[in-house]
Amino acid sequence: MKNSSRRGFMGKAFGAVAGVGAVASLYAMKRSWDPLPSVKAAGFTTLDMSAYKENELVTEKWRGKPIFVLKQTADMVAKAKKNPKDMDRLIKIGDAHFMVCVGLCTHLGCIPGYRPETEDFLCACHGGMYDFTAEVTKAPPPRGLDIPPFKIDGNKLVLGEEGPEYKKMLEAGTTLKV
Amino acid sequence: MAHFTKATSLHDWLNQRMGIDTVRRVMATEYWIPKNINFLWAMGMVLAITFAMLLVSGIFLLMYYQPNVDLAFDSVNYTIMQEVGFGWLWRHIHGVAASVVFLIIYIHMFTGIYYGSYKQGREMIWISGMLLFVAFSAEAFSGYMLPWGQMSYWAGMVITNLFSGGSLHADGLVEWIRGDYVPAQAFLNRFFMLHVLLIPLAILGLIGLHFGALRIPHVNNQDGEEIDFEAEAAKYKAGDKKGSKVIAFVNDFMSKDMMVVGIYLIFFFYLVFYHYDFAMDPVNFDPANGLKTPAHIYPEWYFLWSYEILRPFSTDVGLIAFAFAQVIFVLLPFLDRSPNTIPASRRGLFKYWFWAMLIDMIILTAMGKVPPSGIFSTIGLYAALTFIGLWIALPFITKMEKKA
Repeated sequence: MKNSSRRGFMGKAFGAVAGVGAVASLYAMKRSWDPLPSVKAAGFTTLDMSAYKENELVTEKWRGKPIFVLKQTADMVAKAKKNPKDMDRLIKIGDAHFMVCVGLCTHLGCIPGYRPETEDFLCACHGGMYDFTAEVTKAPPPRGLDIPPFKIDGNKLVLGEEGPEYKKMLEAGTTLKV
Repeated sequence: MAHFTKATSLHDWLNQRMGIDTVRRVMATEYWIPKNINFLWAMGMVLAITFAMLLVSGIFLLMYYQPNVDLAFDSVNYTIMQEVGFGWLWRHIHGVAASVVFLIIYIHMFTGIYYGSYKQGREMIWISGMLLFVAFSAEAFSGYMLPWGQMSYWAGMVITNLFSGGSLHADGLVEWIRGDYVPAQAFLNRFFMLHVLLIPLAILGLIGLHFGALRIPHVNNQDGEEIDFEAEAAKYKAGDKKGSKVIAFVNDFMSKDMMVVGIYLIFFFYLVFYHYDFAMDPVNFDPANGLKTPAHIYPEWYFLWSYEILRPFSTDVGLIAFAFAQVIFVLLPFLDRSPNTIPASRRGLFKYWFWAMLIDMIILTAMGKVPPSGIFSTIGLYAALTFIGLWIALPFITKMEKKA
């Protein structure tokens, strides 16, 4: 039989060696494209939350991404309380409420602009809109702006660490993991 | 061992060792082209020449370009543009050629669609051509990253985000492609590698495949006539050049080809010297800034039609429509169910399909450029739906077509 001949055996043996080699090199290539450990390690930012002013958007930086911080006015909090979905998105530190989120449109990653007069965000790329808690109000974005992992530490907020308040948001589906 | 005799000339010496006479015959003097063609048949050579110019200008740019997020912008806008002697020339040739090459590709494509040059044995020419289109698109995109201006950065952000697959949230895949959470050093370096090595290699291979696919079915002609190339070639070789339906690739066809190339090059260098700015987006003369999106992000003109198919829909539907637009042209030989290989003008409903498709893609291109609001949003949506509708209709209208 041809298949059980010595030539057939050599063909299969070569195929097996080449197959293992091909899989191994593909794995090595995949790993070489992974983000470097140094890139992954530089992932924490601490914000001092006492420095922000109401209805004034400040853009911080975390993992190379813009982070929006918007201290809510009493008016905004009152409006948010009527809409539990909005209220869930706010972070309470002391007596103040903050909207903290990754400032990249959940559609394709442009940076939406904040309009303090209308208290909403407009993404110029494809016309998506968000309210003052960065919940989406007009498509194409599929969801509100994502909230980065945070941990409340007194008056400070540590981005990149997962505190209990953040975990609750994840479980409730208020935000996706970023 | 093969037998070698004392060479009578350098030509004979090479011929004995390399068979250069045979190569010349097979590749040039006895490669047959129909007579019944027009200037649109010269677009292949125009593309080959444009690719050669991209390669040569790219080599000179490569000598001064720095693939580093802190240096890239200045290496292009200061070193190459102001310090390097004639550096501006290479950059403008490279930028203009990158844009014009797509214009010629689209003309080449629509010529093929009009004359039915993707059917009856020419399917592989079409498929390899569409693979070249994909490779050129990837080459154009990766090259666009390199000056590391605002448009480079944000186009990189938006296009890599497409790979998250909308609701699939494959953010890990996006980060893997970038090598970082956002486009940064790893991203610039790997796209530099893709632009100067891997994709050009693929393009060279695909050009070989494209030419090889042409060899057996031969070039189509203005009437889609099935030519007996062997019989016609025999007539030509017997001296009946007037009666033969074919001419030799070299010198007959090439001399006409080069006439078209000559006219094209005058137009091309007019753009390079006087209107290079159309290929240089002013926004990309601001250095990349990850904390500031430009007011209005749009791709280069040649991607606008597919961008506009993505834009009017919600993320997931948009992505599916976009993916559809990217692959559907490849399937053209199989979606066209008509047995006729004749110009669109003689093909009943297909005639209207052809012009509707061409006009729809021009509308999509125009709508992709303007801000996505009001009436433009609506026109864009209907143009995108028309694009999809036309492709769905194609098998049915071609099925109904009578055998000509």
